[in-house]
Amino acid sequence: MTAAAAIELPIGADEDIVRIRQLVRTRAQEAKLSLVDQTKVVTAASELARNTLTYGGGGRVVIDMPTNGRRVGIRARFIDEGPGIPDLDLALTEGWTSGKGMGLGLSGSRRLVDEFTLDTEVGRGTTVTIVKWSR
Amino acid sequence: MTVAAGRDDGISGLLRSSARSLTERWVELTAAPLRGRVSRAELERELGELFEAFLAAVETGSRDVDDEAYAEVRALLSELSRRRARAGFTPTETATGVFSLKRAVFEVIEGDEGAGIAELVTVSQLLDALGLWTFEAYAKAREEVIDEQAAQLLELTTPVVKLWDGVLAVPLVGTLDSGRTQVVMEKLLESLVNTGAEHAIIDITGVLAVDTQVAQYLLKTATAARLMGAECTISGIRPHIAQTIVELGIEFGDITTKASLADALLHALRRSGVDVVRGRTGR
Repeated sequence: MTAAAAIELPIGADEDIVRIRQLVRTRAQEAKLSLVDQTKVVTAASELARNTLTYGGGGRVVIDMPTNGRRVGIRARFIDEGPGIPDLDLALTEGWTSGKGMGLGLSGSRRLVDEFTLDTEVGRGTTVTIVKWSR
Repeated sequence: MTVAAGRDDGISGLLRSSARSLTERWVELTAAPLRGRVSRAELERELGELFEAFLAAVETGSRDVDDEAYAEVRALLSELSRRRARAGFTPTETATGVFSLKRAVFEVIEGDEGAGIAELVTVSQLLDALGLWTFEAYAKAREEVIDEQAAQLLELTTPVVKLWDGVLAVPLVGTLDSGRTQVVMEKLLESLVNTGAEHAIIDITGVLAVDTQVAQYLLKTATAARLMGAECTISGIRPHIAQTIVELGIEFGDITTKASLADALLHALRRSGVDVVRGRTGR
């Protein structure tokens, strides 16, 4: 059984978010995630893709399926070359938003996944990587 | 009345002299893959017109399909491609219409001693360019169809249904984006006014994932309904959605939520003073 190759999708419009959600759901099913975990990772992907679109000015996502011993996971990397996040602590604060959302996207998606890495530099862009492992 | 071409490379003469047999052969070649889905008479008319326009354009001496001389050819081709796209023909079937003229012309050139490679190349380039044009027109027409369908779907997938006197429900299915939420909200609020209903149920059983944006849309709609004096319940929250909402940190505040549409209906009935009693008849 070979893991599916990494797939890269653009994030440039609302329709792209729908496509990303569908791909993440398919991959999550292939990784044999439970329904709850599928929903969690799909929701997190939806949040982060929308962040990339709204705050990063668009970008791309790379989705693959890493393995860790016997466990298979789904990994999604959201990459933008936008303005970056000046104050990371503030951005991760529950309920704080620089736009008009609920301010739960970043902090919430961190709780929805097993691994969450955020790499940002003002003026260069932001990359958020999430991983969800099968149980 | 023949228009003498300024700098004739032999093509217009070639086309003109065998115009009749060319059109016939063209119709024949095009008709085969379409398997009778376009009537012979219609094809003859379409392609005959197209051939005339093409011949006229070629006779001006221009060999550039973006040229003014080809305006009519392009218009006819677009029209033809649109019709094909709308009637559900494949891109191949549509483009074959142009490429089979190429084949017909090649056959004529083959049988003509005087014609040579130069004519072959020119005709080939011309028709390739027109073929691409066809394809573009086809794709554009298909996109229009898709846009229309998307708009229709938007209307179709958001019905407001009356469950009981004074109880309305909106079953939501699929993806909620700002466009759809706007439609849902408008329709719901309008129906509240028209029916004087006091309860509105938004059922999200068919919504695959509830992220913060969807939640925000739901809250806004519920708040708007409440401002109009109606009570709004959100139903159809399945276990995995509930867990995700909790982890995400979304709070629905004082908006009533129910697991199923049935629960929400019962809740609405009780609130409006209707007693639901199991009858004795029918065991």
